[in-house]
Amino acid sequence: MPAETATALPRPPARTASAPVLTGAQAVVRSLELLGVTDVFGLPGGAILPVYDPLMDTSEIRHILVRHEQGAGHAAEGYAAASNKIGVAIATSGPGATNLVTAIADAYMDSVPLVCITGQVFSTLMGTDAFQEADIVGITMPITKHSFLVKDAQDIPGAIAAAFEVASTGRPGPVLVDITKDAQQAEAPFVWPPKIDLPGYRPVTKAHGKQIQAAAQLIAEAKKPVLYVGGGIIRARASEELLSLAESTGAPVVTTLMARGAFPDSHEQHLGMPGMHGTVPAVLALQEADLLITLGARFDDRVTGKAALFAPHAKVIHVDIDPAEISKIRTADVPIVGDLKDVLVDLDAAFRGAIDGARPDISEWWSFLDGLRSEFPLGYAPTSDGLLAPQYVIQRIGELTGPEGVYAAGVGQHQMWAAQFIKYERPNAWLNSGGAGTMGYAVPAAMGAKVAEPERTVWAIDGDGCFQMTNQELATCAINNIPIKVAIINNSSLGMVRQWQTLFYDGRYSHTNLNTGHGSIRIPDFVKLAEAYGCLAIRVEKEEDVDAAIKTALETDDRPVVIDFVVSADAMVWPMVPQGVSNSYVQYARDHSPAFGEQED
Amino acid sequence: MPSHVLSLLVEDKPGLLTRVAGLFARRGFNIESLAVGVTEVPGLSRITVVVDVDQLPLEQVTKQLNKLVNVIKIVELDATASVQREHMLVKVRADNANRSNVLEVVNLFRAHIVDYAPDAVVVEVTGDKGKIDAFLRAVEPFGIRELAQSGLLAIGRGGKSITERVLRG
Repeated sequence: MPAETATALPRPPARTASAPVLTGAQAVVRSLELLGVTDVFGLPGGAILPVYDPLMDTSEIRHILVRHEQGAGHAAEGYAAASNKIGVAIATSGPGATNLVTAIADAYMDSVPLVCITGQVFSTLMGTDAFQEADIVGITMPITKHSFLVKDAQDIPGAIAAAFEVASTGRPGPVLVDITKDAQQAEAPFVWPPKIDLPGYRPVTKAHGKQIQAAAQLIAEAKKPVLYVGGGIIRARASEELLSLAESTGAPVVTTLMARGAFPDSHEQHLGMPGMHGTVPAVLALQEADLLITLGARFDDRVTGKAALFAPHAKVIHVDIDPAEISKIRTADVPIVGDLKDVLVDLDAAFRGAIDGARPDISEWWSFLDGLRSEFPLGYAPTSDGLLAPQYVIQRIGELTGPEGVYAAGVGQHQMWAAQFIKYERPNAWLNSGGAGTMGYAVPAAMGAKVAEPERTVWAIDGDGCFQMTNQELATCAINNIPIKVAIINNSSLGMVRQWQTLFYDGRYSHTNLNTGHGSIRIPDFVKLAEAYGCLAIRVEKEEDVDAAIKTALETDDRPVVIDFVVSADAMVWPMVPQGVSNSYVQYARDHSPAFGEQED
Repeated sequence: MPSHVLSLLVEDKPGLLTRVAGLFARRGFNIESLAVGVTEVPGLSRITVVVDVDQLPLEQVTKQLNKLVNVIKIVELDATASVQREHMLVKVRADNANRSNVLEVVNLFRAHIVDYAPDAVVVEVTGDKGKIDAFLRAVEPFGIRELAQSGLLAIGRGGKSITERVLRG
């Protein structure tokens, strides 16, 4: 076979002469091999059956059979988020494909490089409401970066190669390749590298020099600058460059939920996470700043609060690889479109040039921020009912596991506590569903991360609600020797919703009690459930047992571990900015008795 | 809100129109008119969209359209720097009593009769929005039985082409 060694992304067309003839299905597998794919997550079905046959023979690709296609999607996301590689999920047509939709939407919101390959019914049956037919290209159009419908075997290598290029370059995102069953069965010459014809796809990577100079000038003149760091830093692999710029400027840094780990938590310039549940210093630093140096962040409503009142005195430098993010929510004074890894180097150099050796004096700003830091440190109060504090559990997991671990969270209170109380020192250590807020992300994402980074300890910090959405993947983990560790922060309820009911609905707990925890009938019994799945299962109800359970989990590497931490249902996430108001209303509220009135919208 | 005319040069791929139209709907913009057709370059189509939107959201929707992989180029065509035409077929009630009056209006607007029946004629009329509206007002008293109208077509004035510089080797 020609081009046996091609692993880089293919560019111009190659000759067709002497191309081997493969079935479309073989072409799928061969293309994945040639693209350097080593792991895929999937579940077969009628319309993708042809692809699964050669998949049985490949020695280069490990296929992990999931129990639900959503699990394959989130696993591929976790794989990508932990390793910066491209995640691949495979499913059949119809319900197989629609089960991927949540994961695709999630990857779209959080800019995760994901390639989903789905089978489609025979091209002759398309449009006839055939068995297991769904217009998955149409369904996913608003939530994919791009998609391909392939009806011809000879188009398969080109579509898959193009999908990988689109998914991983520019602003990363999910790409769908939907392949009809007849295209998988037909034979065609396999040409590699294929011609990738994307005339309308030209991501900008090199920023405008003039804008860099303008930005450097603003930073040099600022009295109250803040580096507002988003998940783009992690996708751009620009943490080191960020550290250099931060230390050159001496400016405070805040890392959003998607950016936790992009800048070391231990660094003295780090004020923590901003936003609805951000630290008081981070929230107020943004609010009081005279300059936001926005790096791969997108002014999400969970960060800005009421956007019109956000950082009212600040000029904005906005660096993003996606031009559509610039001035979408907040008008940028200096827009910079480019790859952060390059932009930060240029910006650092330009800044050093602009200040000519004399670093701007921002000590007054720092003394204000340091005051906030000492007055409002992150913390939590003992629980009112004497039951285990969830924050303590999560903090101990982080402390005993350390910064080399990977932590995947579900969505809700436990996610916020995991973002707050685990200390992140490196990028790609923190995985979560930030934009979409997908409950059930943690277990499959942790599974994917463990496959990508088998040497690392991988925790799923999950809630009792989230866990019940995707825990079937424990079977996948147990059978395929993917020993993740799951910490269920079991407060027996949909905790974040319950918290809002406590604060804004007079404690009327409408449909948030899950009956899994303390004083309930405990259905399901998470210990029995985990044991049924072949996991080591531990239940912890007292503070003095927390460390021992975590240590046992850390020492167990022959099977997944599930720890059912039965915690207080009354613990709440603080600080908090109520929805729809200015961030100036941030409530520190270490005790549980804030009196929020209904705020005007 | 002012009307803006956007000309999109796109790859002629299945589902492309859905991608473009869906994006407008998703981002909350109303399409006033839409015209799609071939260009002088095989494989490339041109979509002319008229959208009612303020300047700032227009920039956002243009950027979002530019992100569609099959969209190659977007140009906003200003009324003064472009030729803009709409095309319409109107079935007007016309019998022996008023047919000559209808014909007089048709001639005044340099329109054409393209079908004849004892009780009606089909008139073909081309022009900018002002002319089309004026024509409709003129024939309205006779009775408009049926109407079909194209989306706005627009092309930049002068010698330059929208397809220039996109056809790289």
